[in-house]
Amino acid sequence: MNRAELWMIILGGMAVTYLIRLSFFFFIPPDRLPEWFRRGLRYIPPAVLAALIVPDLLLLDGTLHLSFANHRLVAGSIAALVGWRTGNTWLTIVSGLLTFGLLTLL
Amino acid sequence: MSPSSSEADPFSQPGIEFLRGARDQLPILLGVVPFGVIFGALAVSAGIPALEAQSFSLFIFAGSAQFIAVSLIAGAASPFLIILTILVVNLRHLLYSASLAPHVYHLSNLWKISLSWLLTDEAYVVASARYRKGSPEFAHWYFLGTGLTLWAAWQLSTTLGIALGALIPPGIGLDFALPITFLALILPALTDRPTWAAACAAGAFSLLLANLPFKLGLLIPAVLGIGVGLAVEMRSAKEGHANGDPV
Repeated sequence: MNRAELWMIILGGMAVTYLIRLSFFFFIPPDRLPEWFRRGLRYIPPAVLAALIVPDLLLLDGTLHLSFANHRLVAGSIAALVGWRTGNTWLTIVSGLLTFGLLTLL
Repeated sequence: MSPSSSEADPFSQPGIEFLRGARDQLPILLGVVPFGVIFGALAVSAGIPALEAQSFSLFIFAGSAQFIAVSLIAGAASPFLIILTILVVNLRHLLYSASLAPHVYHLSNLWKISLSWLLTDEAYVVASARYRKGSPEFAHWYFLGTGLTLWAAWQLSTTLGIALGALIPPGIGLDFALPITFLALILPALTDRPTWAAACAAGAFSLLLANLPFKLGLLIPAVLGIGVGLAVEMRSAKEGHANGDPV
């Protein structure tokens, strides 16, 4: 990706982000938001993140790769387990990276 | 601003609110700074130059959206689609904007612009807790203090990450750090059955639609997952709030 495209993303991303943050401070009375829309907002993070994580862990060159030979899947599962048990962000990331590193070296 | 009421002692009260806001943001920084460092390191390892990597933090200032943008840039998605994805990911800020709007309506435009610039997840959490306590006269200074503290920490941690990322040789599996970081981000968001349903549905659709062009395999499964989350929430509500939905 060239630098002009990167700056398009930075400035475009800035514009949409601030329009959203400013929206109700300036433009829209808060009671104008439909109920279903307001309730749907809290599902954005789990849905978007899951759609990013799952293919990264399960697909290899576009095909499903469900086995212990899939190092990403094994390391991701261990990180998820650690994160679920400890609730600690830092431990989650480190355990996943360490597992992946060890499996790659072995 | 409230010039007339602050004339007797123009700095002490706003100053105290500002410092309290900064202080109350400090515990949250412990969780934010690692992400800033990781963002900087991943951005440069994805081939983004240092100036542009820092500019993501300076101008967009939204953690999850920045990570997702880097992931899409690494996957060579089109700039238009990346901006659209940033829009969708940050739509949740509508809720924050709506929630705080009644508290900032009386402020000047400069105040509104400044505060909305700082309206992140973390600033919202701390500032809305302050507004719930009442005595709102100088509460916008508290909001400013807490937002600026987070902003400064995000910039510095990004800079540190860029410096560290430049030291890491390419091709040692750093790309795997992105899904792992997303994993660490998603776990706190999975609080009840509808959020789990949204995540599982989005994950399943992302596998089915992985081969769609223009990285639409992210946006379409995400929207379908949000719909499933809403459907499960409505069904749970009909069953009589059996699942302890926090909202």
